[in-house]
Amino acid sequence: MSETLLQETDARAGAAIAEGPDWLEAVRRAAAERFAQTGFPGSRDEEWRFTPIGPIAQGVWRAAPTASAGVTREQLAPFTFGHPEWNTLVFVNGLYSEALSTASALPAGVVVSSLAEALRSDGALLERHLTRHAPAEGSPFTAVNTASFREGGVVHVPANVDLDQPVHLLFVSTAAAGGSVTHPRNLIVVERGARASVIESYVTLAPGQSYWSNPVTEVSAGAGSWLEHTRIQRESEAAYHVGLTHVDQQRDSHYRSFSMAMGAALARHNLHVRLNDENVETLMYGLYLTRGEQVADNHTAIFHDHPNCRSWEVYKGVLDDRSRAVFNGKVFVTPEAQKTDAKQTNRNLLLSDSAKVNTKPQLEIFADDVKCTHGATVGRLDSAALFYARSRGVPAAAAERLLTYAFAAEVIDEVALPPVREELDRLVLERLETGV
Amino acid sequence: MLNIKDLRASAGGVEILKGINLAVRPGEVHAIMGPNGSGKSTLAQVLAGHPAYEVTGGSVTYLEQDLLDMEPEERAQAGVFLAFQYPVEIPGVSNAYFLRAAYNEIRKARGMEEVDSMDFIDLLEEKLKLVEWESEIMSRAVNAGFSGGEKKRNEILQLAVLEPKLAILDETDSGLDIDALRIVAAGVNKLRSQDRSFIVVTHYQRLLNYIVPDHVHVLSSGRIVRSGGKELALELEARGYEWVEAAEAMA
Ligand SMILES: Nc1ncnc2c1ncn2[C@@H]1O[C@H](COP(=O)(O)OP(=O)(O)OP(=O)(O)O)[C@@H](O)[C@H]1O
Ligand SMILES: [Mg+2]
Repeated sequence: MSETLLQETDARAGAAIAEGPDWLEAVRRAAAERFAQTGFPGSRDEEWRFTPIGPIAQGVWRAAPTASAGVTREQLAPFTFGHPEWNTLVFVNGLYSEALSTASALPAGVVVSSLAEALRSDGALLERHLTRHAPAEGSPFTAVNTASFREGGVVHVPANVDLDQPVHLLFVSTAAAGGSVTHPRNLIVVERGARASVIESYVTLAPGQSYWSNPVTEVSAGAGSWLEHTRIQRESEAAYHVGLTHVDQQRDSHYRSFSMAMGAALARHNLHVRLNDENVETLMYGLYLTRGEQVADNHTAIFHDHPNCRSWEVYKGVLDDRSRAVFNGKVFVTPEAQKTDAKQTNRNLLLSDSAKVNTKPQLEIFADDVKCTHGATVGRLDSAALFYARSRGVPAAAAERLLTYAFAAEVIDEVALPPVREELDRLVLERLETGV
Repeated sequence: MLNIKDLRASAGGVEILKGINLAVRPGEVHAIMGPNGSGKSTLAQVLAGHPAYEVTGGSVTYLEQDLLDMEPEERAQAGVFLAFQYPVEIPGVSNAYFLRAAYNEIRKARGMEEVDSMDFIDLLEEKLKLVEWESEIMSRAVNAGFSGGEKKRNEILQLAVLEPKLAILDETDSGLDIDALRIVAAGVNKLRSQDRSFIVVTHYQRLLNYIVPDHVHVLSSGRIVRSGGKELALELEARGYEWVEAAEAMA
């Protein structure tokens, strides 16, 4: 039960704190204490009502194995977008593997490194940002992560630097991960006027393994910065994945997120974006493809604290078999945040009669001069379009695939970076055509 | 080519087609006219295999095959094409992708090799000329946001690319401006051949000035109540449907 986890947490936090600076040690101890008090969310916790976390809370999770278990670069090829030359930090069962990672040339001052390395060489940066954006009080899962993290990726793009290539943080689980938990902790800092694209992938080499990933990613987008952040979750379909992305945006910044969820028995992703100044633009796109008994849960929250900001959100889901999706989209607009333009859309396509969706927009608007809209739909394939395609010679099954793909492609089209867009496209087509 | 015998069909338990008889030989153009709600589109949709309609009696033979026994895609693969009265929008699928998918599925079904997108573009350029259209339209989603006239012209483009043996045009002329009507009609005329037949559903004699039919039929309350040559269309234009319906009632 949660006590078992806590003992594990204590043990590992102790070990890591021995390596970490004092300020971090204090934060981690506080997080461990906090989790000791709260435990996992209960069934009455509104935030977790539709998320069956029982198997996580009741599981006994061991620390992930430390050896990288003979993983080869060839095995990682399917996950590198056809661009093995991109800067890639590879983590095997939560631990950084320098041998599998790729470090290509970067503009002066850019940091792409493992968290452990960054703690040694970029102490001041980490003290300013690490754990500062996503506080442990936010959720018990964040508290456990904060108390327990050992590794993760750090990306720092200094002011006015344009990263012309994406940086990829690739988390791979292997058969050795069975029954274990990892708590990756990532930090992305894009300073004033800088431009970057970061991809975060959670993938598996052992499709049947059950394990638990509990990542937290903190993002700081400086004034006038531009950041595309793509998150691809393709865990084992027997695994549990609970992740948080917290973003802080400054004046005139543009942040666009794409969150793709295909894997895990239970996948929960929280995306929180706080707009800390005026004239910020935030685009949040999501796509979940579920089948079998999978549960995909997306909770997003956008905090419009300042005037003249725009947020645009589209999450789409394709659900087959007896799978289930949860969408909760919160939009908070403070009284100061006049001229806010916020639009939220959640659209779901059911491919089977037994699939289910719980979708809930949650708008709390305290300013009067705003444009805020939301819409949610749950539907089936358009039978008129199906017949139209069939009447042109396209067989029924292919017509269904075509329309399903079209539904998903509409949101994938919003990804700015062509190779990322093409890869997401390929993933969807592969799932539809071969069931992979 | 097509032999319809005593065809009866209903939707939602209501009988719409009440015994249709029609024979179309290779190369012929048949016009079907008739008042609103008489069953013209239902006949067209039944021939294409729309699942909303239940065939309750009669038979349809197409090139020696039992058409009613075939899936909609099998009918298309065998050369039946319906230009819809209300073409359907498919957001997210480009016109070019859709048309190539259809083209290749039909080729596959006939044991022919699929064509790649480069070769298909060449073919498409050729067919676009036939309907006097620019290629920009091909990158837009199928019929999504198309004007009424553009949707109709898109149907004729599909017809030109898929080269069916039997084309059924359901009010393809409705909603077309005078120039578009001329273009569409000219496109159809160019596609006329000894072994390609057309069934043209229309309300307007005007279209039949361009696409001159071999036979004209009047459909009323689910039955063909009168058949004749092209002059029947002129007579209908002058005297209205009440005239044939009255004649039918007396007969
Ligand atoms: N799917 C359906 N379900 C129920 N009724 C239908 C259906 N399709 C057609 N009908 C009815 O059948 C009748 C014939 O319709 P149909 O569309 O075939 O007429 P039409 O001759 O094509 O008319 P128009 O000239 O207006 O296009 C109408 O009364 C119509 O309401
Ligand atoms: Mg009609």
